[in-house]
Amino acid sequence: MSANAATFVGDADPYRIGRAHAEARPRDATGHGEGGPASKRVIIGYGFWIFLMSDIVMFSCFFAAHAVLQTATAGGPAGRDLFDPHRVAVETACLLLSSFTCGMSAVATRARNALWTQVSLLVTGLLGLAFLFLEGSDFTSMIAHGAGPQRSAFLSSFFALVGCHGLHVSAGVLWIGTMMAQLVVKGFRADILRRLLCFRLFWHTLDIIWVAIFTVVYLIGLGR
Amino acid sequence: MTDRHQTRDARRDEDDLAPGIAEPAESRTGVAIAGYLVGLALSIVLTVASFYTLGTPLVWHEAIPIALVVLAIAQIGVHLVFFLHMTTAPDNTNNALALAFGVLIVILIIAGSLWIMDHLNHNMLTMHQVMRTQP
Repeated sequence: MSANAATFVGDADPYRIGRAHAEARPRDATGHGEGGPASKRVIIGYGFWIFLMSDIVMFSCFFAAHAVLQTATAGGPAGRDLFDPHRVAVETACLLLSSFTCGMSAVATRARNALWTQVSLLVTGLLGLAFLFLEGSDFTSMIAHGAGPQRSAFLSSFFALVGCHGLHVSAGVLWIGTMMAQLVVKGFRADILRRLLCFRLFWHTLDIIWVAIFTVVYLIGLGR
Repeated sequence: MTDRHQTRDARRDEDDLAPGIAEPAESRTGVAIAGYLVGLALSIVLTVASFYTLGTPLVWHEAIPIALVVLAIAQIGVHLVFFLHMTTAPDNTNNALALAFGVLIVILIIAGSLWIMDHLNHNMLTMHQVMRTQP
């Protein structure tokens, strides 16, 4: 088998689709084309990416509802009465920095540095918790001032959209804790690395959704 | 699964690429960190620009929402490239196609909703007009 693989190295088709960057290595073809089937990591990354796309489509429905209902305040408070741009800026900074530290954990994992992987995951989780704390206190003070989700269609769509994102961040924080524990117990195993990959895709995607939220909900809402 | 399969699995996992994984060319730690730093710097610039646009007299008032949306789309692009490592590499083709399809659906849902609801609002009589039609 290794002799067979070696003969394939020289005459690899440089224009074939898939299997990038593997030109110089002998391949162990398993009957699914020259390079064999894609690795588990690529397949799992693709599957999780499809889930994230469906999640984004779900968010787009909440965004569409909010965009349609942004002026339907029913005589109640509008965005410029409720939102504080400074708090939104701090929340944005928390999530953006956590996205960066999440990327740092990817670098540390590739270097197989357990300590820095744990530290950067911990910082990511703490920034996520800080974001959740700010958003939670925002929500409770709005509800305490009579601007709860039942006040107007605008506020219903606001709490549905921003709350849904908050729930995703909460799930992500739980996921961080799980991955830190699994790294301690199981180490850099191939399956743990794939779970870390999925978590990082999830966390970066949440930050992308927050970019859309702070623009559409808060900044455009403040300008109305 | 046998041990031999396990090790081969792990080795091929290392060779391959998927979203969220940097190119092998930047597998050196310093270069990888520099990539994330560039992404962070660009994101900060775009975020600050968004918050600045809100209160600036530089942009015509009616055009501020459009400027904000353009800045947000630029920042989403920065995140996709520098944080999610979306590329056009052969192993990323499927991911890029899934992203393109997702973007198509998102545009259809949001633009379609806004368009249809705007027309409905235009064609609906306001309460004041309803009162006037009464004899």
